[in-house]
Order: sequence, then structure tokens, then C-alpha cells
Amino acid sequence: MSWSTPPYLLAEVSVRRVMLQVLLALLPGIAAYVWLIGPAIILQLTIATLAALLAEALLLRLRGRPLLLFLTDGSAIVTAWLVALAFPPLSPWWLTVVGVLFAIVVAKHLYGGLGQNPFNPAMIAFAACIVSFPALMSQWPALGLRLSVVEQFEIIAGLAPRVDAMTGATPLDALKTALKLGDGVVDVPTLLATQEVFGNFAGRGWEWVSAGYLLGGLWLWQRRIITWQAPLAFVCGLSLPATVLWAWNPQQFADPLFHLFSGGSLLGAFFIVTDPVSGSTTFRGKLIFGFFAGAIAYVIRVFGGYPDGVAFAVLLMNLCVPLIDMYTQPPIFGMKKPE
Amino acid sequence: MLAQLFRFKGGVKPQTNKAISVQQPIGQAPLPARLFVPLHQSIGGAPNPLVQAGDTVRKGQLIGGADAWVSAAVHAPTSGRVLAVEPHVAAHPSGLPTLCVVIEPDGRDEWIERRPVDHRSLAPERVRELLRDAGVVGLGGAAFPSHAKLTPARAVAMEHLVINGAECEPFMTCDDVLMRERADEIVRGIAIFRELLSAREVLIGIEDNKPAAIAAMQEAVLRLAPDYRVVAVPTLYPAGGAKQLIRVLTGKEVPASRRSTELGVQCFNVATVYTAYRALTHGEPVLSRIVTLTGNVEQPRNWEVSLGTPMREVVALARPRADSSSFLMGGPMMGFEIPDLDAPVVKATNCIIAGSPGLFPPPPPEMPCIRCGACAEVCPHELQPFELYWFARARNFGKTQEYYIFDCIECGCCSYVCPSHIPLVQYFRFAKSEIWAREREKQAADAAKERFELRNARAEREQAEKAERLARAASARTSEKKAPPEAAPAADHPPAAAGEAATTASEAEAAKKAAIAAAIERARLQRESAQPRNTERLSAGQQREIAAVEARRAARSTADTTAMSATTGTAATTDPAGAAVAPAGSQRDE
Repeated sequence: MSWSTPPYLLAEVSVRRVMLQVLLALLPGIAAYVWLIGPAIILQLTIATLAALLAEALLLRLRGRPLLLFLTDGSAIVTAWLVALAFPPLSPWWLTVVGVLFAIVVAKHLYGGLGQNPFNPAMIAFAACIVSFPALMSQWPALGLRLSVVEQFEIIAGLAPRVDAMTGATPLDALKTALKLGDGVVDVPTLLATQEVFGNFAGRGWEWVSAGYLLGGLWLWQRRIITWQAPLAFVCGLSLPATVLWAWNPQQFADPLFHLFSGGSLLGAFFIVTDPVSGSTTFRGKLIFGFFAGAIAYVIRVFGGYPDGVAFAVLLMNLCVPLIDMYTQPPIFGMKKPE
Repeated sequence: MLAQLFRFKGGVKPQTNKAISVQQPIGQAPLPARLFVPLHQSIGGAPNPLVQAGDTVRKGQLIGGADAWVSAAVHAPTSGRVLAVEPHVAAHPSGLPTLCVVIEPDGRDEWIERRPVDHRSLAPERVRELLRDAGVVGLGGAAFPSHAKLTPARAVAMEHLVINGAECEPFMTCDDVLMRERADEIVRGIAIFRELLSAREVLIGIEDNKPAAIAAMQEAVLRLAPDYRVVAVPTLYPAGGAKQLIRVLTGKEVPASRRSTELGVQCFNVATVYTAYRALTHGEPVLSRIVTLTGNVEQPRNWEVSLGTPMREVVALARPRADSSSFLMGGPMMGFEIPDLDAPVVKATNCIIAGSPGLFPPPPPEMPCIRCGACAEVCPHELQPFELYWFARARNFGKTQEYYIFDCIECGCCSYVCPSHIPLVQYFRFAKSEIWAREREKQAADAAKERFELRNARAEREQAEKAERLARAASARTSEKKAPPEAAPAADHPPAAAGEAATTASEAEAAKKAAIAAAIERARLQRESAQPRNTERLSAGQQREIAAVEARRAARSTADTTAMSATTGTAATTDPAGAAVAPAGSQRDE
């Protein structure tokens, strides 16, 4: 007789299903991405996925874990996709691979594999690469750049020379640089109105990629894969300093909507701070975690030296998770204060 | 009847699968060739057997008397002959044997003399005793002796009596059919409990997936006790958990650390109330119960089964399909796999489910926890199961207690929704049993330590007393030189004299010694008052002789014991009069 334990009924849920839904939720954003810059991102996603699965398989082998079970759980693919989406789409292939390896080998398996990583692997990859390869990590495809599939492939594969004209700064970076160079002469409204890189309410084109992430994130929330606390708190954490500074000096600070739809804001809000493994788990903890991740991201991207601050903000808050969780344990049944 | 309903947090909605077993009315299961009636069928003390092999018993005869206050009696389910009182496999996941009375029915089903009582004419204390002796226990599955729950808290008025007809476990319908068919008796039983508890309000909670039971109960209530409220509660597992149902109906939350009566509420299962009514009003102890037979069977149905019937014979009534691979006792959420179908039906056997790989597929392989928090969302006690799992795995049992592991009711909601298919409940049971084991070990160690320390303290005290006696003997000798032995009463007061001598001898130790001397004197007087003395009522001449003997003995023993090696005579020197009757060792009894 087999040893069995209650409950004998189990809901039809699995880690694989969860991961698959996260991947599905990324599709709207990816679709907008393809529309914006072409199929390069598909190539990057493929490279990242292959690298992730290979690294995962190797590490599982080394650690003596069941290969098929963990290789098919989908978690490595989610990590790979998030790395690919966080990196510049025309990065050389090896940069993506290095990022993915860092995420899977160092951030995930060296800490004990699935469920054990204290830091978000994709953000570790981003942080490691932006520190190690700052130039490459800052080269985003220039707007209006129309490259054929072959040309994009050649650039990523390193077969074609990287031409400076092809790449440019992100809208966030462009704004920051322009403000610095202008040194009080130029102001934000003029920049947004005149420069080609800026669109309707954020970066031209990028705003729609962000909108795609928003759509996917709301679907995840509706499917109860993620909860609302961390994303909403992240949005608030980012918007609050943005609103205050913008209201105080609209000449020097962009409006909150610009910040929300620029850079990694919405990817971070719905796909990064919602990572259950490295994020806070309690109701109030998620609010605190999300809020400060957003606020720190704003501070770094506006006052810091990097074009975007989501990765560092999330990693800093990952550090605080055990503390936050410990102090935000909810009262249990029968131990609440009288209503 | 509109009632304000409350919600408990969490809960899950598994497929209920209840419809299949309510198509037919309750059937009367035939008596088996042999009944194996376990003596220990309830929480609490194990009843002692009152019969032996060869005895003939009649239906309803007491065969196991309640062992303590929290314990319940066990009776012969039919008339027949006792073949043996021996261990037999139990209805327990362990499959270990338990002491059973094996009865061969004679087929006549002859009752003992039944003594119906009117509970209103009896003192509540007497009614509770009758319930205990009738073997009335919680039939929802916990088998907690009901009489022990029927004492209201002194400080808190009993607001609500909650009657549990929720039956939230999938597949299970024994309470459903009972309410449909025997609603009148349930309502009359409620009246008994309500009076015992002096409860202000009666709330009967039934999950809204049982409209027929709700209608039957409402109809009975309307006729018999119109002030009771039959409340349809939302179908949400585990709404039938006592604490959850209390929450839903009254809004009160009973934590693990408190009794529900302290919050002015108590909860009983409908079947329990029914058996209490039969026990008092008809004088019939608990001899059978309704068992749902369902799952992978040809004929799912509810049967009234005599306690002690081997499950194999019960299961046969439902004709399990050929691919049935396992049998569960209880529901699929909290029940367990029956290790051996020879085990008998007991008071806790509410349901037997035939399982097949199709019905209960083996769980997929366990994955690591990804802290998704799904378990915390469904936990009806609002615990953080994944944190508890983490700590239990790490054997950090102190932390599991900080995170309230003992508030876990093991309902299985967390395991049900876990995407990593972690058997969380097993981890929690493991942690709980480890904590209990450690508590027991600690208690045993503490007791041993206490014994050891007491022994050391006693040895020290005796040593001190001995030294004291020596000192006093020495001073007695000096005082004898001052006060001549003719002073007969002096024999009665040497300690006082010794105390005085000590005061002069050493100023520093004076107070301490005086206290000790006083204590010894008190003890001596006490003993004297209790013990006859053969030195009383002696002539003055005899007393003088004794005093002289004592003085000599004292002098000699002082010389002997200056090295503090011997014990002989010390008692005599300190307490010459007492020593005549009590040996030195008797001091230990003080």
C-alpha cells in the first residue's frame, strides 16, 4: 500500500502553470516591442531561453536534482525572458548570455535553486551587467532606426559592426542628459515637445510597450497569480516623489505619467516586485516593499548615475524582505483587536 | 429568516460530490457475524472493560465504563456472547491494535431495560453524567465527549448554541440525510443541550448546498421550537469546522488558546444532538451511527451501522468497483487511508470513501516552496503556512510556535492549493508531535531534576540538623553543670536551654540557631502531641533516673561525635524524651 496523506483532493495548480501564465502575461508587452523595433527582441528572447535552459540543466546536473521536473517548471524561462526584456534589444548575444548565466547560476542556483534566491535573478543580471558593461547596457536602438531582420541578426550576432548612429539613449536617459547639459537653460516641457524621442506621454513607442506590460499585469492580477499590493504600492512609490517634485518645479522634473511609462517602471511593477520568492509575503509587507522599491527607483533614475533605477531599488528592497516580513506578520484568527 | 452572516477568511471550494450518496434513504446495515467494539472510541480516558470472555451481554449493556471526566462509556451494540476482550486492529491511520470487546450476536437483539428520563426533572450535573454513561460523543469526527462541553463558563453568559449541520467535507452526506429524516429528534435534542447551557439563542448552520436538509430542519423547528434559527451558510470548505461555523453565525473568533464557552458560545454536531436525545428520552446509549458509503462504488448510500462492525462488511454493502485501490475514513480533505478493512466502525466513522487512482490521483512530485502565499490566502485561521513549513523543515520548532502552529486545525486547505504540491499538513503534524514529544521529555527531565534537588536539599538539611544537635548536646552538657539533673522538668526543655547557651556561645550565629531551635522545638511539640510517650506519668524518682541516664548518654555521645562521624545517639541527645519512642530516622517524616 502506498503511503498517502490528506488531503486526497488537490486543486489543479502547479508551479508550471503559474510560470506559464506569467509568460503569457508578458506577450502583450513583447508584441508592442516587436512593433516598435522589429524582431530583434524575439531573437534575444530565444537566446536567453536557450542559455537559461542550458545553464539550468547543467546546474541541476551538478546539484544532483531531478532534471526533467525542474527544467520543465518554467521558472528558468521566466527569468530568461525578464532578462531579455530588461536588456537593450540590440545587445550582442554574449551580453544576454552573460546576463542569463548570472541570473541562473549565481542568483538562483548558488543560493539553492528554485524558491531559495533572496534576490530577483533578472535584476541581479541587470545590475551585474550595467556595472560591468555600462556602455553596452546603455545603447538602446535609435528611434526611427529601421533595420531588416538580417541586419538585426548580424548586429546581435556580432557579424556587423556596431555603429553609434544605430543606438541612442532611452527617453529617461535622454531627458536626464539634456537637463544636465542644458544646466537650467532647457526645461522639461520644451524637451518633451520638441525632441523626437518623446511621445504622447512618455518615450515614443516605449510608452506602448509599457502599456502592454500593464495589460499583462492586470490579467495576472485578475487570474490571482499576483496580488495588487506590491504593484500598486510600487506605482505609488514612484509617483509620489515624481508628483511632488513635478508640482514644485515642472521645468526641471518630468510628470509622474512620464515616469510610470518610461524605463522599467511597469515591467518592474507587475513582473519584478511581484516575484514571490524574493519579495515580501505579508499584506503590509508587500505595500512597504513595493512603495520603497518605487521611491528608490525614482531617486536613482532622477538623481543617480544610472539611466534607470528599478533594478537597484528592487535589490535593495530584497535585502530588507526578511525584516519587513518579520515585523508585518498579520494577526491570526481569534487574535485580532476587537472590531 | 434573515440572519447577518459573517465571513471567515480563506477556505477552498473543492468538488463536493455529495449528490451521489443522497439518492436513497438511510439503510439499516445487517449485523455482522462478529462485532469488534473498541473500548477507546473517544478523546480522553480509555474505558476499562466491564465484561470478559464467556459473558452474555444484552443490547445497550455497558461494556466499558468511562474512565475519567473526559471519557465516554461504550456499550454492547446488540445482544450476544462475549468471545474475547483482546487487541484488534483499530480504525486509525497507524493500523495499530486497540483493546476490543469481541461480541458474537445471538440474533435476538435483546435490549437491556431502557430507562428514559426527563432531563428537566434532573440536576444538570446528573444529566451530564447520564450523557457520559450513554457514550455520547461528538459525531462530527472528533469524538470529544459531549458532556464535558456542556458546562457553561461561570463568568460569561451563554449567548449562542451553534448546531453544526454544515458538513463541509466533500462526499460526506451522513448529517445531510440525518437532518432530512430525523429532524424532529435533532430539534428535541437541541432543547436538552440548550437547557444545560442556558443558551440564549440557538443557531443551526447548514451549508446552502443541502436545501432538502434545510427545509426539513426549518419545518421541524417551526413546529417544535420556533425560536431556533436555521441558517443557510455559504458552501465553502471548511465552513463545518466548529470555529469557522461559530465565526460565520455569530462573528466570534475562538482562538486556540481559549474555550468557546469563554466567548459565550458552544457548538455541537447535529448527529451528536440526535444521539443525546435518544440517550435521555429513550434510554438508548450510542450503539450505532450513520456512515456514508461513497466514492468509487456501485451503490453509494448512507447506512446506519452498529459500532464494531468490521469495515470490510460495511464497504461490501456499497459494492466497490474493481479498480478501488484504497479506502478513506472521513472526508477526502481531513480523512485518512484505512490501513486494514478489518478495523471496526467506531463513533468517529462518519464516512468511508472507496478511492481509485482516477478519483484520488497520486499527488504530483513535491517542488520547492516559491512563497507564492496561496496557502496563506486560503488558511481559515489566517496563519502563514509557508513560514510554518519553512520552520518545521528546519526543525525550528520554537519559531513554529511563534507563528501559531497550534492554531492550525489541519483542514488541508493549504495543501489543496499549493502549486508546489507540498504536503504542508504533514509538516505541521510532524512539528506538533515533535513539540509534544519534547514537552514530555522536558517534563520528565524537570521532574527528575526536582527529585534530585529535593534529595540534595533533604540531605543538606539533615546534615545541618545533625550538626545543630551536636552543638546543642555540647551546650546541654554545660548547662547541666549549671542546672542540676534533679530539676525534672528540665528534661522537657533542653532545646530552650540549648538556645540560650548558643546565644552566649556565639553572637553571630545566635539568631539563626535560635530559629532552628525554635523550629525543632515546634516540631517536637507537634510530635509529642501526636505520639504517646512512655515517659509520661512517671514518678519523680523514675524521672530523675531517666534524666541521669540521658545526661550520661549525652556526655558519652558528645565525646563520640566530636569528629561528627556517628549518628547513634544524636537523636537521643537533642530530643531525649522523644528518642525513647521514636528512632532517629523518624525525623525524616517531618
